[in-house]
Amino acid sequence: MKKIISFAAAATLAGGMLAAGSASAATTLESVKERGNLKCGVTSGLPGFSQPDDKGNWTGIDVDTCRAIAAAIFGDGSKVEFTPLTAKERLTALQSGEIDVLSRNTTWTLTRDVSLGLNFTGTNYYDGQGFLVRKDIGVDDAKQLDGATVCIQAGTTTELNLADYFRSNDMSFKPIVFDTSEQTVQGFSSDRCDVLTSDRSQLAALRSKLDDPDSAVILPNIISKEPLGPVVRQGDDQWFNIVKWSLFTQINAEELGITQDNVDEMKKSENPEIQRLLGTSGDMGEKLGLSADYGYRIVEQVGNYGEMYDRNVGPDTPLGLERGLNALWTDGGIMYAPPVR
Amino acid sequence: MTHPTELPPKSELGVVGWARKNLFSTWYNALLTLVVSYLVISSAIPLFKWLFLEATFTGETASDCSGEGACWLFISQRLNFFIYGFYPDTLQWRIDIMFGLLALAFVPQFIERFPGRKWFGLFGVTGLPIIGYILIPGGWFGLEEVPSNKWGGLMLTLILAYVGILAALPIGTVLALGRRSEMPIIRGICVVFIEVWRAVPLITVLFMASVMLPLFLPEGVSFEKLMRALIGITLWQSAYMAEVVRGGLQAIPRGQYEAASALGLGYWRKMGLIVLPQALTLVIPGIVNTFISLFKDTTLVLIIGLFDILGAVQSTVTDPAWQNVAIEGYVFVAFCFWIFCFGMSRYSQNLERKLDTGHRT
Amino acid sequence: MNDSDTPPATAQRRPWNDPKVRSLAFQIIAILAVGWAGWSLLQNTFENMESRGISTGFGFLDESAGFGIIMSLIPYDATMSYGRTFWVGLLNTLLVSAMGVVAATIIGFIVGIARLSSNWVVAKLALVFVETIRNIPLLLQIFFWYFAVLRNLPSTRQSVDVGGVFFLNNRGLYLPEPLTESGFGWVLASLAIAVALVVGIKRWARKRQLKTGQLFPTFRVSLAILIALPGLAFLITGTPLTWELAELKGFNFVGGITIIPELAALWFALSIYTASFIAEIVRSGILAVSKGQTEAAQALGLQPGTIMRLVVIPQAMRVIVPPLTSQYLNLVKNSSLATAIGYPDLVGVFMGTTLNQTGQAVEVVAITMAVYLTISLLISLLMNIYNRKVALQER
Repeated sequence: MKKIISFAAAATLAGGMLAAGSASAATTLESVKERGNLKCGVTSGLPGFSQPDDKGNWTGIDVDTCRAIAAAIFGDGSKVEFTPLTAKERLTALQSGEIDVLSRNTTWTLTRDVSLGLNFTGTNYYDGQGFLVRKDIGVDDAKQLDGATVCIQAGTTTELNLADYFRSNDMSFKPIVFDTSEQTVQGFSSDRCDVLTSDRSQLAALRSKLDDPDSAVILPNIISKEPLGPVVRQGDDQWFNIVKWSLFTQINAEELGITQDNVDEMKKSENPEIQRLLGTSGDMGEKLGLSADYGYRIVEQVGNYGEMYDRNVGPDTPLGLERGLNALWTDGGIMYAPPVR
Repeated sequence: MTHPTELPPKSELGVVGWARKNLFSTWYNALLTLVVSYLVISSAIPLFKWLFLEATFTGETASDCSGEGACWLFISQRLNFFIYGFYPDTLQWRIDIMFGLLALAFVPQFIERFPGRKWFGLFGVTGLPIIGYILIPGGWFGLEEVPSNKWGGLMLTLILAYVGILAALPIGTVLALGRRSEMPIIRGICVVFIEVWRAVPLITVLFMASVMLPLFLPEGVSFEKLMRALIGITLWQSAYMAEVVRGGLQAIPRGQYEAASALGLGYWRKMGLIVLPQALTLVIPGIVNTFISLFKDTTLVLIIGLFDILGAVQSTVTDPAWQNVAIEGYVFVAFCFWIFCFGMSRYSQNLERKLDTGHRT
Repeated sequence: MNDSDTPPATAQRRPWNDPKVRSLAFQIIAILAVGWAGWSLLQNTFENMESRGISTGFGFLDESAGFGIIMSLIPYDATMSYGRTFWVGLLNTLLVSAMGVVAATIIGFIVGIARLSSNWVVAKLALVFVETIRNIPLLLQIFFWYFAVLRNLPSTRQSVDVGGVFFLNNRGLYLPEPLTESGFGWVLASLAIAVALVVGIKRWARKRQLKTGQLFPTFRVSLAILIALPGLAFLITGTPLTWELAELKGFNFVGGITIIPELAALWFALSIYTASFIAEIVRSGILAVSKGQTEAAQALGLQPGTIMRLVVIPQAMRVIVPPLTSQYLNLVKNSSLATAIGYPDLVGVFMGTTLNQTGQAVEVVAITMAVYLTISLLISLLMNIYNRKVALQER
């Protein structure tokens, strides 16, 4: 028995040692700094937003949003640990503190803001829900979908929008709910359902995963507003501000014409707005609890919003999404960041 | 004493006799034989063709697959990912060493006359986990650190099952002793613990461990995802283990307990020196069987977003570069599991037979 | 130093050496430890939830759910409450579990007996079946049935049509649905009377047999009563039953009863997987009945079928029931894998969508676990009662 007891003790000890950092943390920023990396929740695989290659390197717009935060904190955009989450787990994972920030094409809604103990920090992609249908069923408008079977991913606002849309148009539907987007595509391509519904940006990505992408078409209807953005826990305003302003910095940088290539020249700029943004004058960084040149780091490592967009989802990528609503307010879009002042 | 040796009638001998006896003894047996044989053969031939004759084994991209048979190319091209997950290429020798040591520890168990095979087995449950603990995550002795979110594939499946069963054994033993204790409150606590864990599906346990555990812990204490899954699996498994060990404890004759008490041994010495060594040896087959079912159940971790071997395959079958390879992927995973599970169940059956005869005095 | 040095009984015993005191102390420590662990767990949880601003309580169960569910045994639509989604999920879990238990038992018994068949081909085939199925993870088998087999079914427009009554396609199997009209209550009532009659006749016949040794053709008479009485009522009330056929309208078949592929895939996988374990249980149960029993029955001149039914199986059941119980429990728990293929069971609907829309993970998971605990306890209880009935009556 003694042997077994000592073995049990050893096992418990080993378990305790394997446990990652057990520091008693006061603020999120402190614990992130102490740990030396940012824990960021992303999708388990959605091209353009967050997708690992077979070596575990992540790319995508949500991934870059996290990298920008890490660049602001550490001056090093690679200090991020990505945690792939299903739609079901994501909010609980953030609530429970498993991750520091959730950047997983999550829609900003009132309920999520109010009763889940979470705060949305802004919008890094303006999206809307749409439908993907097979060409051979001969539908060109969502109003013709009465009685259709719809494939959908579990735990998303799209599930609610879908029910609302069909009810308000007095139509019936059959939902088939899958856990991951891979299974949803598998269900659609194996003809389990007539329609696949999701945010339109995702539809483009999912369509590219089909055996024959030309056999399906995205309907023109947009049935909801889906502002997607990073989320943090309530109760830590400093952290909330850091996450919020690393995104705003990227948007402002695009507006001011600062890019990854010219950021070093821009440091010498006489423009007071650029100076404040890049930290060559003023103490904006300190006010946030970061270093003075946090803005410079973000642009240097990740680029401005436009560069991030074009690299991951823009017209030259397989997704080929036009800027549309996501263009700057000066270009006819609604991307608008408060001034750095 | 000599008897006149007469051969049995010809109809009872050789292939004909065997067939008469085992295949065509009555008219309905004959009919059954014919129908079943027809069904088996008619489904086996296309299957064989698909698996081997018309399958594609060589080439590089999806276009090399003929389309008629199975596309095994998909497996061979992605094999690295299925076995090691995201583990860096240059460090995979560490995992290879672990695979080698695992084989070294357990292959001798299948060979009856292998000298000192007990010691190899003992190494498997003591030295192997320690070496693995040092070698796989790294971070010591100048080994580069590989964070657990890069582990995946077959290697992760084996880690989950192996650590789960090893950690569950001591906890299960304590629980089993508690359940047979004469103290009503201790017994009650153990019974409740065991029955509650046995009643809930592993999926809810994993979900709870993966996303809710941090809510239960004091602020600032946190475990990484893999560790949380392991905690969940271990607690869940220890309840099953407790029942297996309890079976062993019950099989020890009363005389053993009484003799130990008569020698004046206290409870812990009685259990530790007399009862448990016998009981645990008796339940090795049971432990192996529990291990088999845990091994299969580890596939559920894909639901909480860990890439075990099934998760790795499931995430690649939707790759647009490869089309319609789902069945190939599933067959490959099924084959991997089958090899391990079938081997282990054979081992436990043999052991059971041996222990059984050894005990009937 | 230890118990062997215990002084003679006359000497004063030190209190910590008294087994009674020691066991009491142990138990108090255990209670304190468990109590403390439980209390600190709760404390942590509440503290964490409060500091993170997560709402608590069960009020969410009355809020409107707002999402659709593909299959429900009770009326459900998106305007109903989260509480309703719980019942929908629970009933779906119970449905697939019950179907699975029945099918797994039947397949398991057939395969288990086939394993002992004197026919070499049949015995070997059963062996291959058992060894293949039980060594492959269940989740993989569910994926196989769902994603691999489903692909090969025809699409809606090319449905397999059996006489315009049954339809099979990749959206499911469509069956006609019986619609009852007024007067069907009489048919049900007469069925109940028939059942009561049959039970009465059985008892009477048994008593008579014990007394006089005369056999009564119970089976034939019972069957006649069971068919004739409700049948007569059905005709008298004017056949108050119509069948609603499924028909193709728009994208899908509407009307009738639909067995969705998710249910079918889960059902196949669960029953076949569990059957492979039940087969082995049945086999070892039958082998455990000593040969002398069979031989004695043969000596009494009983037919082989009768021997199996009256002598071997009842005795084998004593060995079979306890492991069979745990297989049933496993099946119910395994039905939670439904969530992987989108069958709306308790875990998929309630612990999935509902949890996600409300964010109240602790409450939802607690309810779910309580349900599984209750189901397990109920099954154990029922099987224990049955086990006591078939157990050896030692006199």
